Amino acid sequence: MRWINTKPGPAVRLMLMLAPFVLLVIAYGMGSAARLADNPSDKLLPALASLTDAINRMAFTPDTRTGEYLMWADTTASLSRLLWALGISTAIALLFGMIVGMFPYVRALLAPFIATISMVPPLALLPILFIVLGLGEAAKISLIVIGVAPAMIRDLALKVVELPREQIIKAETLGGSSWQIALRVVLPQVLPRLFTCLRLQLGPAWLFLIAAEAISADSGLGYRIFLVRRYLSMDVIFPYVAWITLLAIIMNFALDRLRIAIFPWSNLERQ
Amino acid sequence: MSTIVLDNVWKEYGDQIVLEKVSLTIASRAFVALVGPSGCGKTTFLKLLLGEEAPTRGTITLDGVPLVAEPGPDRGVVFQRYSVFPHLTVLGNVLLGKAFTGSKIAARLFGASKRSAIEEARQLIADVGLAGSEDKYPAQLSGGMQQRLALAQALIMKPKVLLLDEPFGALDPGIRAEIHVLMKRLWHETELTVVMVTHDMREAFTLGTRVIAFERPRDRPEERERYGALLSRDIDIWPPRIAGEPSIFAPDRDDPVMPLGLVQDDLAPTQGDTP
Repeated sequence: MRWINTKPGPAVRLMLMLAPFVLLVIAYGMGSAARLADNPSDKLLPALASLTDAINRMAFTPDTRTGEYLMWADTTASLSRLLWALGISTAIALLFGMIVGMFPYVRALLAPFIATISMVPPLALLPILFIVLGLGEAAKISLIVIGVAPAMIRDLALKVVELPREQIIKAETLGGSSWQIALRVVLPQVLPRLFTCLRLQLGPAWLFLIAAEAISADSGLGYRIFLVRRYLSMDVIFPYVAWITLLAIIMNFALDRLRIAIFPWSNLERQ
Repeated sequence: MSTIVLDNVWKEYGDQIVLEKVSLTIASRAFVALVGPSGCGKTTFLKLLLGEEAPTRGTITLDGVPLVAEPGPDRGVVFQRYSVFPHLTVLGNVLLGKAFTGSKIAARLFGASKRSAIEEARQLIADVGLAGSEDKYPAQLSGGMQQRLALAQALIMKPKVLLLDEPFGALDPGIRAEIHVLMKRLWHETELTVVMVTHDMREAFTLGTRVIAFERPRDRPEERERYGALLSRDIDIWPPRIAGEPSIFAPDRDDPVMPLGLVQDDLAPTQGDTP
């Protein structure tokens, strides 16, 4: 039988899925043990025990100075920035994506401009944002919005343009006005794409969040990682990275489930 | 009434002439089948009637009024694909036209108007043979069912003219025959003038009252720029089919039945009933 026709069963599939993760942990354990055998005070690859220690210290023991649980305080600070930024980006993208996609005049006016803006590297704008908006939350949220919104606008506008011409014509023969067609034909078909689009932008959004927090913040996951970097505290950095990854995975998964729950038809078409 | 008159219509795209001097009168309640080889301008002709394209020269009138160069509710359409909205259920698809006309801002119906619209939509859905599928999404329907839905969706607007762009071209022969029966019934029962583009000669002659062919008499590459397609054949079907009337020559299974009066095989009236 050809290799392209052999398929794994459910049990094998689960094992294959877990294998890379298990391998990673084993490789880490071996590397860490080898380094610690050479030098017991090595900080680069701390043993699993010191990782759990650090997690315990950060997440489940109140900080001696502030009395806060640092990891939860960092998580709330980061997530509120991220959610604000994604919310604002979504609103902007939906509005501009729809009008750019639907109206040829607006497209002629804005499409090249948005395409140009989306090419500006957002991190290069970060100093300007800090100068203009100060070092507070506004600058960090703006950085994420600037980094994420143009790509979302372009993606949604593309989706609107891709709607079959026949559908729009059909809606016109049913007596729909531009507004009615936008509301009942275009918007409902763009919304599922918005969820997918948000999922794809989660990566860049986290990137910009951590970058902004690294430079100026007094709390946040990115702030903490860059703070403890000075003490070479890999035992804190590794759990934080894993935690950020887990948060991103959960958001990614939740957005997809939410899309299927709200728009059941959007999953029927692929079958 | 819905008579379409085309007077010396030309359609050009840049240098390319697609249609030349098309003059044609389509009678009210006719069923015109448009045939011709690929690229002869059948679909362009339909787009002109639809209002999606404006003629380069000449005029098109519907009941004496020049056509607006924009699709509107007086002309319904069914395309080969993408005629129905994937995000709406069968019922939602049929209701959409009602919602557009009934509610300018929200484009949704509420209360009594919603109930009456649903009533009407359900009737129409049953008419096209989709009863029981009201809550399914188009992706859950077969190709033939989707086209039935597209017909119901167009007919709820009670258009004067129904334009069909190879509506049954993608269907299996069996399904196509079934939907032909439906199409014929709808044409008999509804106040409709139908213009249908098709590749299928058999379909053209089974359904139409009149078959029109477009052809490019001059089709060498260097001639394509200077000459477009002409209306080359215009055949009235004989024996004539008339909307809503049974054919005296060859009634189809689904045509209206001509009352023939009592014939020998009928039961004799019982003695007691007659005075």
